[in-house]
Amino acid sequence: MAVLLLADPGDDELTRQALTLAQSLGEVEVVGSAALPVARAHIPELPGAYAPGAWATALEEAIDRVSPSAVVAPGTNRGNEVLAHVAARRDLPFAANCTAAEGDVLTRVRWGGSLLEEARIHSSLPLLSVAPHVLPAVTGEGAPEVDAFTPALSDSDLAVQVAEHVEETVSGVSLAEARVVVSGGRGVGSADGFGILEELAGLLDAAVGCSRVVTSAGWRPHTDQVGQTGTKVSPDLYIACGISGATQHIAGCKGAKKILAINTDAEAPILASADYAVIGDLTEIVPAITAELRKARSQ
Amino acid sequence: MRVLVCVKRVPLTGGRMVLTEDDQALETRHLGFTISPHEECGVEEAVRLVEQHGGEVTVLALGPPEAEEQIRDTLAIGADRGILVATDGGEWDPQATAAAIVAAVRAEEEFDLIVFGNESADSGNYQVGIRVAHALGRPVVTGLKGLSVEDGVARCEQEVPGGRDVYRVPLPAVVSVLEGINLPRYPSVPAKLRARSKPVETVSPERPGARLEKLRLVVPGGPGKQAEILGEGAGAAPAVVNVMRELGVA
Repeated sequence: MAVLLLADPGDDELTRQALTLAQSLGEVEVVGSAALPVARAHIPELPGAYAPGAWATALEEAIDRVSPSAVVAPGTNRGNEVLAHVAARRDLPFAANCTAAEGDVLTRVRWGGSLLEEARIHSSLPLLSVAPHVLPAVTGEGAPEVDAFTPALSDSDLAVQVAEHVEETVSGVSLAEARVVVSGGRGVGSADGFGILEELAGLLDAAVGCSRVVTSAGWRPHTDQVGQTGTKVSPDLYIACGISGATQHIAGCKGAKKILAINTDAEAPILASADYAVIGDLTEIVPAITAELRKARSQ
Repeated sequence: MRVLVCVKRVPLTGGRMVLTEDDQALETRHLGFTISPHEECGVEEAVRLVEQHGGEVTVLALGPPEAEEQIRDTLAIGADRGILVATDGGEWDPQATAAAIVAAVRAEEEFDLIVFGNESADSGNYQVGIRVAHALGRPVVTGLKGLSVEDGVARCEQEVPGGRDVYRVPLPAVVSVLEGINLPRYPSVPAKLRARSKPVETVSPERPGARLEKLRLVVPGGPGKQAEILGEGAGAAPAVVNVMRELGVA
């Protein structure tokens, strides 16, 4: 029996990671993309503006045609949302953000990846989404046999639909895409305390980030928050200034290639996740690094 | 308007995950508890809507009897009453959770808006709100970073690459929100005192069998890093700049 993979047209990389898990379960047919290296692609004709109910109906029709052994989707907003709709309609269990599956036993992430759960899914049709950035992506283009179809949509499928898109231009370096992130926690002490972090960030073409404590205190906007409930970052270097290293924060920065911790406490949990550390007062260390960089560049 | 917010009691995890001996739960003997972050913002959003439009905010928590503490916390920042769906402390899977919430909602006068967090901090199942909406036959919009209500229509905003997607759905509706939609207020001392006398009703349904059955929890093998200490104080700056050069970011 085939495995159905629901593609997220907005995220090719995570769709390809989900394909890796789907392939471990059987031969894969895809819904919603004709660009993946699989044998067959089911392409629904849907209204241009996203409607989760319409996608759920499209996926249900594909399920009825293919009678798959499992349905897999990337753990994106849309992947999770559409699978949850199908699960609710069919009263089936749905396991979000899995990292592995074998038979009816799966592994999924909890606490934004700080903890794993092994679970058994009691279902004739397991619905699984795949945790982002855990599995490798399947590479390569494909030329699947394309099966286009027009789902029979009801009014209620279109009751929730994107009505408008408001453009927003982001000024400065994007946190999610920055090569360097200079991030501050409780140890920065105040909103004004971020001045020295901004100066260093300006010199490194870096984005400024922060921990949840900082946004809860109102020192920085939530858009700067790195963590389980903020932005997940993957820079070449993450500089954690005065951040203790709560699991909520590590869930957002563990994708960094290297982490440098600047902390007064040599026993802080952040040091167990960091590659480098400087022990001491960040209000002395951060300006010293800025001065050293300027000196090095002027030579 | 009548607004219901569903919240979950979760441990404040700190720096390290430690499991109970049977690997079934986090060891919480030395931990405090809180409300999942997204839901904390859900309560604030509901209180603001009712401040603007009038009405009542009800907060529901499914959890052990101690979850009344988290309900009282929400009553201290402006919610009016609570419903505790009390469990024996064992974990309820998403379908059982949704069914218990639906039963509690059906026992009430209709809510115009039911607010969830997008996903709970601990189990992160991303589905309870959608299941409840489906059972009640209501529209549901997830992952909101903006919400306003005018003339019986909820304007819902999601952050997407390049801007915001806007949905408009008629009430009654279900939404799930993300942290950052607002900055929740802190309770005042008098408000905490007043919260003690606000009504919290308890129902205790039977737990159905799990269809997503937790077998055990595992603490992932971390990278086992031991940070290389580059130095102490400002004197470490040259070593830091060397590292930046090695990484090609200086």
